[in-house]
Amino acid sequence: MGITFRKETFRDDFTFKNSPEHIRRFPFPFNEDAYMYAVNIEPHVVGPKGSVLENLIDVDEHYVAEMQDRALVLAEDPLRCQSLPHMTLAGWDLLELLMEQQALGYPEHFTLERNGDRWRWINRPLGIDDTFTFGDVSTLPYGPMEYITRQSQGDFCILDQRDGNLWMDAGMVTTQADWSLDFDIGMNFFEWHAPVPLAHEKGIFTRALKFLTNIQQGKPARRLNWTMTVNPRLDTSPENYHKWGPDRATVTPENVGDKVHLRVELQSFWRLPRSNGIVFPIRCYLIKMDELVTQPKWARRLHRVIRDLPEELATYKGLTRYRPTLVEWLSKLDDDGPTSPGFGPD
Amino acid sequence: MTAKTIISRPIYGTLSPQPGKHHLFIADAEGALAITDMAGKAPPGFFDGAEIVFIPDPEGKHISALEALEPAQLHLPPSFASLLPRLRQTLTNAHMGLRLYLAGTEGLIGQAMQAALEAGVDHTSIETEHRGSLARRMQCVHCKGITENVTTQPAACSHCGLLLLVRDHYSRRLAAFQGVCINAEDRSEIPPMEEAFP
Repeated sequence: MGITFRKETFRDDFTFKNSPEHIRRFPFPFNEDAYMYAVNIEPHVVGPKGSVLENLIDVDEHYVAEMQDRALVLAEDPLRCQSLPHMTLAGWDLLELLMEQQALGYPEHFTLERNGDRWRWINRPLGIDDTFTFGDVSTLPYGPMEYITRQSQGDFCILDQRDGNLWMDAGMVTTQADWSLDFDIGMNFFEWHAPVPLAHEKGIFTRALKFLTNIQQGKPARRLNWTMTVNPRLDTSPENYHKWGPDRATVTPENVGDKVHLRVELQSFWRLPRSNGIVFPIRCYLIKMDELVTQPKWARRLHRVIRDLPEELATYKGLTRYRPTLVEWLSKLDDDGPTSPGFGPD
Repeated sequence: MTAKTIISRPIYGTLSPQPGKHHLFIADAEGALAITDMAGKAPPGFFDGAEIVFIPDPEGKHISALEALEPAQLHLPPSFASLLPRLRQTLTNAHMGLRLYLAGTEGLIGQAMQAALEAGVDHTSIETEHRGSLARRMQCVHCKGITENVTTQPAACSHCGLLLLVRDHYSRRLAAFQGVCINAEDRSEIPPMEEAFP
């Protein structure tokens, strides 16, 4: 039995929502009642059935709608997908990885047939059946990175490794939490993270870089990151901030549950075999407050996390304007009872 | 003065003579003084293998001081834009071992470095010294237009007109600081414009 793909939007009328099964599989990012930065990186291994970790590249009920939204973003702003000239080989690496993983995890939806360099890729949800020569750019309608990431959920950054650093030299970035690929492309690991508050002083990036530059092929790693978004909007880019920014002023006690979304990024890190680059998929999961609080443990815990979040982090995450309204709303769902350890719902 | 800075913000040094036979200086405004200050520390004959490119102000201030160094070549383009085709050719044809020295305003250093990066020069091998105005070159993240010589915070984009927060986040590739709409969430909020980068 395959996935039933929802027909929904991430803009205009915002019809996005999660089915009850998808609410329970949401990657809730807090395993205790408080939040601070940590180098929370762990091996990216397969997790329980029914979780977002059931497959290492997760495809879910939002797949088709997300790919349609990505196509709209790219039509408006092609600079969201860029690859510096030396990154084409890494693009082929990524194409292989994503085709293999999607075909492995979801054989009813994706098929990859290989006959030497001659490959056939069937993507049934998007109605694609292409035969091409691996390594020959002229046999695909786009460059290899763009081709496959128009068919894969999440943003993708490809990092070149040289001089003991990682360089943001290619990417497909249409569902980002307020950072610009066009501005950051070509920067090293410390430079593109420069605007993040507090973490540099804590040595987070030095340790993270050391870890990432040592990632081995076949041993990917992962971490979770989070922010909040008003309306289920995937494209919260700085490019369009003047268009979506006003949403943040529309939160009222009456509409918090429907408008405010927890936005979780499942970031994974994979060594690429031919280019020795690292690909960094940033998979975005959205859940509206009304959906999240159907799990009482999550409601209690999110209330405590948001209430106690350091001011600098709240500002960086853009919560300032609606945090009091959100905390007040969540407080009514927090009976001060204990929360069980771990991320999952009770 | 910039009190607290971030890692992507460029850090400039003081020009010092590097080993090598070929030296290319690019300077504007008070950057000429960085070159003449450095000349005191340079070994004899240093400027025999040096080309100085200097974009002078309308009064031609500092030109005679640079002439006195007797460089192999002194070139005085009227603007950076007019220099660019020649600079690109010089960098493309440059021998290994050409040393690059950039001095003057941040916009000049950034744009000359951008041309050097495009020619494959490693940015860490370039000597830089900031002199003169703190005015910033800013890219509007929304319309992508570049506004030159930004001295205020916030600043209006000269292309789309949005009122932008001039961040410290800097791209060498674009030779620009990032500008992000400062009142995107509520356009009726208009923060006062203050002189920030004189």
